[in-house]
Amino acid sequence: MFLQDGRHGNSHKHWYELFSRGTRDWLRHNEKVRDAVRDHLPEVIANSDVLSRSDNRTVQVPVKFLEHYRFSLRKQNEQTGAGQGQAKAGDTLRQGQPESGGGQQGSGGDGEGEFTFVLEFKIDDILDWLWEELQLPNLQPKEGSNIDVDEYIREGWDKRGARSRLDRRRTMKEAIKRRTAVPDTAVPISNDDLRFRQLARKRQPSTNAVVFFLLDVSSSMDEHCRKLAKSFFFWALQGIRRQFSHIDTVFIAHSVEAFEFDETEFFQVSGQGGTKSSTALEMAERILHDRFDASQYNSYLFYATDGENFSNDREQSAASLERLAQQLNFAGYAEVSHSNTRQLNTEVGRLWQQFSDAGHPCGSFPLSSEADIWPAIKAFFSSQAEQVAQL
Amino acid sequence: MSSMQQTLAETIPKLEALATQQGLNYFPVDFELVPPSFMMEVAVYGLPVRMPHWSFGLRWIYQMIQHRMGHSRIFEVVFPGNPNRAYLVNTNSLHENTLVVAHVLGHADFSKNNLSFARSQEQVGYRIVEQAAAHAHRIEEIINEVGENRVERVLDCALSLEPHIDTHQALNRKRYPGKQKAAPAVKAEGFRGRYADLPGEGAKADEEPAPPKTPPQPERDLLWFIANYAPELEEWERDIFLAVRKEAWYFQPVFNCQIMNEGWASYWHSRLLREADFLPSATYVDCMKTHSDVVSPYAGDQQVALKLNPYHVGYVMWEHIISEFGVAKAREIMKQEDDFGFVRNYLSRDLADKMKLFSFSAKRDGEITVGESSLDDLHENILAPKFNFGAPRVVVEELQKDGTLILKQESSIDGRGLELERARKVLQYIASIWRRPVKLLTLDAGDNEVWLKPEPDAA
Repeated sequence: MFLQDGRHGNSHKHWYELFSRGTRDWLRHNEKVRDAVRDHLPEVIANSDVLSRSDNRTVQVPVKFLEHYRFSLRKQNEQTGAGQGQAKAGDTLRQGQPESGGGQQGSGGDGEGEFTFVLEFKIDDILDWLWEELQLPNLQPKEGSNIDVDEYIREGWDKRGARSRLDRRRTMKEAIKRRTAVPDTAVPISNDDLRFRQLARKRQPSTNAVVFFLLDVSSSMDEHCRKLAKSFFFWALQGIRRQFSHIDTVFIAHSVEAFEFDETEFFQVSGQGGTKSSTALEMAERILHDRFDASQYNSYLFYATDGENFSNDREQSAASLERLAQQLNFAGYAEVSHSNTRQLNTEVGRLWQQFSDAGHPCGSFPLSSEADIWPAIKAFFSSQAEQVAQL
Repeated sequence: MSSMQQTLAETIPKLEALATQQGLNYFPVDFELVPPSFMMEVAVYGLPVRMPHWSFGLRWIYQMIQHRMGHSRIFEVVFPGNPNRAYLVNTNSLHENTLVVAHVLGHADFSKNNLSFARSQEQVGYRIVEQAAAHAHRIEEIINEVGENRVERVLDCALSLEPHIDTHQALNRKRYPGKQKAAPAVKAEGFRGRYADLPGEGAKADEEPAPPKTPPQPERDLLWFIANYAPELEEWERDIFLAVRKEAWYFQPVFNCQIMNEGWASYWHSRLLREADFLPSATYVDCMKTHSDVVSPYAGDQQVALKLNPYHVGYVMWEHIISEFGVAKAREIMKQEDDFGFVRNYLSRDLADKMKLFSFSAKRDGEITVGESSLDDLHENILAPKFNFGAPRVVVEELQKDGTLILKQESSIDGRGLELERARKVLQYIASIWRRPVKLLTLDAGDNEVWLKPEPDAA
């Protein structure tokens, strides 16, 4: 016999308490799930309602446990087994359940595939992955749009300073160094050990951008169309946000008249009647002129509509778009619809096409389902880069 | 020293002496008190320290969930060897651990004497705990050298094929006797050399008989075959395959003798405790309460179980055998059989009826009905999940000249084909290690022959 309590040497800890192998392998499993999600990010994101949670800048994605596959025999329609207890031949121990929904999946797993859990992703991480994954170029700020702003940054240490800026870690380090060098001193921390963080004023270049979102809320724009527009706007904005240190947004909704809204109201707005897109364009023009100094701001405009517009509004729209195009870094037109048969062959679609053909910095993106959003985002950022390359 | 530890330290030698006196014959046992978290990991990994793999993490989380829900409680674990290594949970009560000590001695007797165990230990060695830890350590080193992803790819494949070994062969097996490569002829000097260069002279190597097919007969040991015949397998990859194979070798008798082994240990813990006059009577009464929980056929208040409790079935069978034929005969049976022979030869109609065992059939929609079945059917229903280490029979049919690996599922023995989707994923694991085409012949849902190819996981 030999009975021990698992302590080796004179350690106070048991070796197996030092770390958990189960936790380690579980975390590795989750990391693999994360990678798998990442590989399919555009689809995953298109299908999850990310926007409602945009306030805390994370996306929650439900995922399934992975399966480590092994050879297994095909499931039979009727399986047999051995049991025990009060039962006689012919007894029904459990009633059959009507098959629910899609019925049994091909590889159901032995009950193990049924668990799902929720992984939370930071939107910033997602964006970084996407940019890498889709190989999207970075946006090019306009020449001369940088302005210098004073910022305080941490720089260096000092032995004196405000208590709030005491660097504990560094102070401890100094104390340990001193006590090692002079072991006899009893003082744990002396005044000489104290280290304070110093701040220095630096002039930092800053890049500003303003993004206009124009949404057609006329009666022909239904829930589906709006949701597409919303997703497109959201990811376009996130992409631009990656690049600029300061961003202003302007939200304009229009039917036959245009109004400015704040972000929360913007997507709730519904209008009646027809469409007059020049009203929104002109309003954007006015706001751009009044509030944003063109020399200091990079400006982007996105317009989402189903493409219907009063034909007598064409000239007015064209004129306004022409003026805007002179000042904007880029203008994007998202045409939302239920089918992709018309493909930009609409009143507004043709107008934007002309502008794009004429060499103005604008692009058109047809959206009829969630799957179209990422190609559109990709096209937007890529065409941006091309525009700049041509200049 | 805790009081539990002190009391156990006094009780263990007495129980050991009693066991020896009762005819149990075992290698020494090292006991160790450990926290429940340790037991939980052992239950998941099968060994105290084992190679890292994400699939263990998955089993671990299920175990945690079940444990939280109170469905599982692990009392003891013992690893056969010389010495045996037994772990007792330090949160168990004293009487529970007293029972566990007696139970462990029953296991130790079983694993030294049962032929499947004895043979496996002879091959694998008597220190599986240390060996597995060494494997784990080696694999950590490899991870540091080549990176986690590459090691994981090899483990994905090797662990997936864990049950596909052939313990009828030796653990250390030589490659098939193949064509002997003729030693390159030493070029003769002078005239003989010049003569050999003349046209029409020289070795007539081409006339040898066609080399035998590889493998000469269908090969069941997929881990061994891949380790030895995979084109371009790196040395460290081979090490991993052989490590997984060795551990599988150790696990197989544990798997194949579960009913016998747990029954044997349960029989002996109850008998040893009954005869242990040195135990306070209160302890004995508590021990017997725990005993009846352990060998209870049903969980909680249920009256019907759709899964047999091996402790219960084995216990009832051994009790019957010993009362009927005596301990000496029982020890003979314990040596010779595994669960297949044990159930088929010794689970009689009377015993089955006494235990109220029945066969049932479960339909896809969940309906479960009790069947009218013969004793043979009952035997086979109990044993079916244990056939072939619980896995379908997949063999290497041929290694083709271009390196293509032809696998075949022996569907005529298994009675049906494979789950096709899963099989394709497993083929993908194999293909990434084999690095040449891999194909598998099986049956589809309509029982028609079908060739499967690897298919990557779409996550």
